[in-house]
Amino acid sequence: MKLSIQINEGPYQHQASDTAYQFAKAAIAAGHEIFRIFFYHDGVNNATRLAVPPRDDRDVSAQWTALSKEHDLDLVVCIAAAQRRGVMDAAEAKRQGLDADNLAEGFRISGLGQLIEAGIQSDRLVVFGA
Amino acid sequence: MALLHTVNKSPFESNTFNTCLGLAKQGSTILLIEDGVYAATTGHSVAEKIKNASGITFAVLGPDLQARGLESKLADDIKVIDYDGFVNMVVEHDSVQSWL
Repeated sequence: MKLSIQINEGPYQHQASDTAYQFAKAAIAAGHEIFRIFFYHDGVNNATRLAVPPRDDRDVSAQWTALSKEHDLDLVVCIAAAQRRGVMDAAEAKRQGLDADNLAEGFRISGLGQLIEAGIQSDRLVVFGA
Repeated sequence: MALLHTVNKSPFESNTFNTCLGLAKQGSTILLIEDGVYAATTGHSVAEKIKNASGITFAVLGPDLQARGLESKLADDIKVIDYDGFVNMVVEHDSVQSWL
């Protein structure tokens, strides 16, 4: 079955990102296709590559990057939510005249249309959030 | 149409569980995840509501129950599932409503 996931909560805020990650892993293991994972609201904070959590804690952002690499996942970050929170890819940082970018590998920035498309193209859309 | 409802807040913190229970139709499932697992324990008014609800299946995410040390307090008639079971439930229902 074709599944999509929406994440509305940042890492370490509570548990939504962890639940979504475990759910995605289980879905892939069961042979389902993950059409897209859409990061919305504070969920865009999952996509920073500059987070350095303590060594004995999980690295949420790196986990997403690794899972994306392993299974060729489409991790999409909402552009409006990302700009408000300072999550930028190189092109967007340049366009805004900023001196740095921080989008982690495996993520891409796009618009809300991607969420709508995920809802239409997928058999199920599962939302995780605060 | 069978709907899967997920509730991720404790019923003592938020009203989402009560609202969900009030709106859930016969044949639907309410899955308790994250802090929502507190609703799956015994000894409070929410447990009575679950006991008296007919035609609704209740399930709880086992890893979240264990993380909070609540396995021994689990109420009867609540199915414990893991993440694989969560995925199966999503597939078996027509749609998923996340109560956030």
